[in-house]
Amino acid sequence: MKKTADAVIIGGGVNGVSIAYNLAKRGLTNVCVLERNYLASGSTGRCGAGVRAQWGTEMNLRMAMASVRMFETMNEELAYDDDIEFNQGGYLLLAYTDAGWEQFRKNVVLQKAHGLSVELLTPEAAQEVVPHLNTEGLLGATFCPTDGHCNPFKVTDAYAKAARRLGVEIYTNTTVTGIAREGDRIKGVETTGGFIATPVVVNAAGGYSQDIAAMVDLDIPTYSERHQILITEPVEQMQRPMVMSFHHNLYCQQTPHGSFLMGLGDPTEKPGRNTEASWQFLQEMAEKITWLLPPLRDIRVVRQWAGLYNMTPDATPILGPVEQVSGFYLAVGFSGHGFMLAPAVGVLLAESILGQETEIPIGPMGLGRFARGELFKEPSVV
Amino acid sequence: MKPDENTIICRCEDLTLGKLRELIAAGYTTLDEIKRISRAGMGPCQGRTCRALIEREIAVMTGTPIKEQAPAKYRQPSKPVTFSAILGGEPHEKDS
Repeated sequence: MKKTADAVIIGGGVNGVSIAYNLAKRGLTNVCVLERNYLASGSTGRCGAGVRAQWGTEMNLRMAMASVRMFETMNEELAYDDDIEFNQGGYLLLAYTDAGWEQFRKNVVLQKAHGLSVELLTPEAAQEVVPHLNTEGLLGATFCPTDGHCNPFKVTDAYAKAARRLGVEIYTNTTVTGIAREGDRIKGVETTGGFIATPVVVNAAGGYSQDIAAMVDLDIPTYSERHQILITEPVEQMQRPMVMSFHHNLYCQQTPHGSFLMGLGDPTEKPGRNTEASWQFLQEMAEKITWLLPPLRDIRVVRQWAGLYNMTPDATPILGPVEQVSGFYLAVGFSGHGFMLAPAVGVLLAESILGQETEIPIGPMGLGRFARGELFKEPSVV
Repeated sequence: MKPDENTIICRCEDLTLGKLRELIAAGYTTLDEIKRISRAGMGPCQGRTCRALIEREIAVMTGTPIKEQAPAKYRQPSKPVTFSAILGGEPHEKDS
């Protein structure tokens, strides 16, 4: 294991390896990534694999649009020897209440102002996009054809391989046990594999971000929450877009592989680190999805699992340096959309760490927004 | 008969012995990692056939005996089941 590094990234999820790659690409190659288990073993590998730009706040929108553009050329950019399986079948977002519809109208104005190709649809038009959609009670929908699906394992693998080629070391099965400081500066990272002296530490620890922050006595407002998913057997292609309803708190997409992948948010779920799947989820998912997309009744469920959302009070990530500890950076609190933002997050964090002007100003995304009371309030989350 | 590189290890996802050996040699040395990068064990049978074969090949190539390998998680449902079958049962009686 390295004895010294210019930057140490804690967390071998998609954001950790994306940051490492982007640092190395910009010339900072003495970098390592620490992962307690194996790459993508946490939230990245458990996520819903959806990628969308249809967001309701400018920050999420801009980061997501930049990320979609990067997914489009990622196989080439990273010279990947496999395929990240990016498939742009669009996202169909459904509105069932006046407030929901009003929000969609506002979102579309913002999204169009930023150049996103997105349309407001009547229920009839929505049914043309997804013919087996039950439109009962539906007020309208929005559709963005460039949203889609991508393979989180492959994206993580692609970034990791490209980062390694540039000199980045990735240590799996390595747990961080402490972070050393001198005054308010980062001095190094203690791990089960030894001590690494470094002036820069990036917290990209997903569901464990609050524990890593506590190692430098930093109290961050993130908390973890179980979210559940299931997947069906692969069947013939019958649904191009992701179908998502904030009202029902669910999403459902047919992957390029043919299986349907779907999840539900549970408003009664308490903060915690439980990642066991439950039969209650299976029952509720079955009830809701067979109502919304009736032909799915006859498809078989093959597997259920759960993963952690690392939540923030405004469902928007916390990115960038912190005032309290010099050299400590956050890429945390993705609130369920860390995978789809990872390409942009890698660029922004790398630019921030290298003292360059960031492509999108990330000052407002910093930890300081909570003390200042300048929260984002992202309206479009399951 | 000797197994060759084209022998199918995962029948659901068409993983061959040759591909499996490539993955292990490239550093994917646990069942969990191989499952995630290749989809082996993610099909309708949920790894009933390939799990043991992959574990054995990891043992042969890495020298880590099966009993010392981290076991991959078994996930429900244990058999594929349609949504309509899930909904087919009577609702649970509420406490009176």
